[in-house]
Amino acid sequence: MTKMTNYTATTNACKLCSPLGASIAFRGIEGCVPFLHGSQGCATYMRRYIISHYNEPIDIASSSLGEKNAIYGGGPNLKLGLKNVTAKYCPQLIGVATTCLTETIGDNVPMLLAEYNREFSTEDSPELVHVSTPSYSGTHMEGFTAAVAAVVEQLAAGSETTNSLNMFSGFVSPADIRYLKEVCRKFKQQATIIPDYSDTLDGPALDDYPLIPEGGTPVESIKKMGGAVASLELGWSLPEKTGGRFLADRFNVALHRTGLPMGIRATDAFLDLLEKLSNNPIPPEYRAERGRLVDSMVDGHKYLFGKRAVIYGEEELVIGMTSFLVETGIHPVLCASGGKSGKFKAGIEEITKGFDCPPPIVRDGVDFYDIEALAKDIGVDIVIGNSKGYALARRENLPLIRVGFPIHDRIGGQRILHLGYRGAQALFDLIANTIIDRKQSDSPVGYSYM
Amino acid sequence: MSTIPPLKTRSAQIHRKGEGAFALDCNKDSLAGAVSQRACVFCGSRVVLYPIADALHLVHGPIGCAVYTWDIRGALSSGPELHRLSFSTDLQEIDVIFGGEKKLAKALDELIDLHKPKAAFVYSTCIVGIIGDDLEAVCRKMSREKGIPVLPVQSEGFKGNKRAGYQAACTAMARLVGTGDTANISSYSINILGDFNLAGEIWLIRDYFRRIGIECVANITGDGRVADIQRSHGAALNVVQCSGATSDLAKIMEERYGIPSIRVSYFGIEDMAEALYSVARHFGDPKLIKKARQVVKEELEDLLPELTGYRKSLSGKKAAIYVGGAFKAFSLVKAFRLLDMKVVMVGSQTGTREDYLELEEITDDGTIIVDDSNPLELSSFLKEKDVDLFVGGVKERPIAYKLGVAFCDHNHERKEMLAGFSGMLNFAREVYSSVMSPVWQFVPRRAEENNHD
Repeated sequence: MTKMTNYTATTNACKLCSPLGASIAFRGIEGCVPFLHGSQGCATYMRRYIISHYNEPIDIASSSLGEKNAIYGGGPNLKLGLKNVTAKYCPQLIGVATTCLTETIGDNVPMLLAEYNREFSTEDSPELVHVSTPSYSGTHMEGFTAAVAAVVEQLAAGSETTNSLNMFSGFVSPADIRYLKEVCRKFKQQATIIPDYSDTLDGPALDDYPLIPEGGTPVESIKKMGGAVASLELGWSLPEKTGGRFLADRFNVALHRTGLPMGIRATDAFLDLLEKLSNNPIPPEYRAERGRLVDSMVDGHKYLFGKRAVIYGEEELVIGMTSFLVETGIHPVLCASGGKSGKFKAGIEEITKGFDCPPPIVRDGVDFYDIEALAKDIGVDIVIGNSKGYALARRENLPLIRVGFPIHDRIGGQRILHLGYRGAQALFDLIANTIIDRKQSDSPVGYSYM
Repeated sequence: MSTIPPLKTRSAQIHRKGEGAFALDCNKDSLAGAVSQRACVFCGSRVVLYPIADALHLVHGPIGCAVYTWDIRGALSSGPELHRLSFSTDLQEIDVIFGGEKKLAKALDELIDLHKPKAAFVYSTCIVGIIGDDLEAVCRKMSREKGIPVLPVQSEGFKGNKRAGYQAACTAMARLVGTGDTANISSYSINILGDFNLAGEIWLIRDYFRRIGIECVANITGDGRVADIQRSHGAALNVVQCSGATSDLAKIMEERYGIPSIRVSYFGIEDMAEALYSVARHFGDPKLIKKARQVVKEELEDLLPELTGYRKSLSGKKAAIYVGGAFKAFSLVKAFRLLDMKVVMVGSQTGTREDYLELEEITDDGTIIVDDSNPLELSSFLKEKDVDLFVGGVKERPIAYKLGVAFCDHNHERKEMLAGFSGMLNFAREVYSSVMSPVWQFVPRRAEENNHD
């Protein structure tokens, strides 16, 4: 077994902080401005980071706390900030996420928001949602899930029964969300997909800078989520407390969970579930997509079989990716994540069960220093994950397949489709061609026929 | 859609040249909720110290501050590349409750043994300022144990803006200065302050000085080395670029060692030439001045003809500038003039009153001058002035692109060399390749115009 020294410091983290996840989730609610209660730098740094992936503007407001506020409390700045954001952006909703600073000085944000509502609220005032996201606890994934849960908990009310399905998409790409919307449409299943940044973080060129980009999960729909026929949460490593769980406990909305539909089995399970929930058969287009995918996997199987892959990133993405890779014959040798949900190992075991490949090394809570150390000398052919593994891939002279977030060294990260047979098809072609390309360029012959 | 007027509380920080007497508020805390383009104290310290390539840069705090600043700058090194790694104590809830000092000491102990840096900088973040870890004491202890300078950087994010971060960085560096051997340093010697070797620019600048016969003792901080900074008090002159990022250090060195300093800019032909001349003039040796003229002449011979071509195409196009420090804006205004382009808006995150007075002086009537702006204001200015090109950093780019405006990245992340004489040519090329792209005819802003024709 490969050894890894357990260093105290984190070197080149394979995770981000929780307010970043919350900001992206809030960006997926219609008319919402994400607002960080903390010092100015947090909002600016995260904007930079998010912009570099999506190539889209993302305005994240900040209460811009200074030294005095840190000592006497951030309440006045929070209220002033909310007022200014309301005046300037006319939002339907302001999503307030805390930071390590305001969590530590002990600002009671729910109380401050209630005060603000008492003092300033009028009929047109935006809804205020609050989520606690101290950056010393969890990763961006916890922040993302908590923000979605907070929106649902704080907005969903008792509602008449609707025919709608609540779909919790998880931290996927705008292209993935567009796919999920299409699936619901084709199943003729009305749905509230939350969050939905398919337009807000991948929008068209415009004539005017949008105050808040169009799109997102409508607030009105969120308010009615308590009356939905069912909730469907996509994820392998979800925490106990989620938006779906809340709706089940409070409004008895049946909760279904299935892993991210990546690869054949997970997409099968997802579509079967939708067939059941919508009472409509799986649309023939998807059967056709599946058929083409299987056909191409047969065509390319020899190139992929036994190739050894390192996969890293969020636990969700790594489990989903690994599930697909084992279906193609690739051998995942190292599955790594900076997250630590406690469900990673079991997730990987579950989705590799029954496949005749050696069990991969599985590590959670690791950084890129660890990943590189673990990957050394275990014989790797291909690296799969976000842009941050580029240094590792380059040093080891390995091809890097870019998936997930962030993609900072290519354009189009927001348009990578990971989900469904179609996402698997795109990934399969990319991976197969990358391996073929390597074989071709490593060969002294110069084959033009592979 | 109509342009939305700025928040009332912001209007004092926006000035239109020619409309009333100059009055511009600046150097104040960002307005809550205004979506400032500014970062924080930590950011200021991190940008200044980051390029010191053989030092360990450990961020003491939760993971965010370290991970958002991991290898994001194009600050190149000719040797070690320790600065490109991101180290964090990754504080967890339990550390916040019981204090992070032990974890910090252990992290330093392991990292110094593993990477053998020449010095270590330990950056304080918001939370460390609140939980009250004694950075100074931990650093002193580790410095004694490991035999290298371990320097605290008091960069708690909330303690002001980027400027305060520059100061904290300079305070930390000042502790290195004066600890090295200054033997064999030429009397015609300088330290280069405030160039960060983006895309290798400092190598170009150093080469100009070498050709004139001037020795560079320390790069502060582009392609920087701890040992060079330690002996930088042996230089005869500090040549300081950039709006104040390193001017605090120059001030300290003047007080402590009597080293004078001059302010320069390496952007644009005029400023680059003047930088070389002013350094040569400082030493007063006619030979140096002659050589400086020679260098400028040689460089311009190749440059000017090519530049003329770009100038022809770009003539009359309108440019907007929004940068971190105002000093860069001065040079950009001049550089655009050289390309015969009109600057219609110019602003900075952290300019001072003097900076803005100078901008008022060098710009044309009607130019918008703005301090600490935000996306809504900037986009409304781009629309109002029907700008052809916006110059800024990563946070400004999507504003330009969303509206279908050409863009030139003039910030820390760029990969193009824009300083020096050849940098001016790269700049012209970069501006040209964005402004002249055929894609603009398809964006709504121009498509509509085309339809109306």
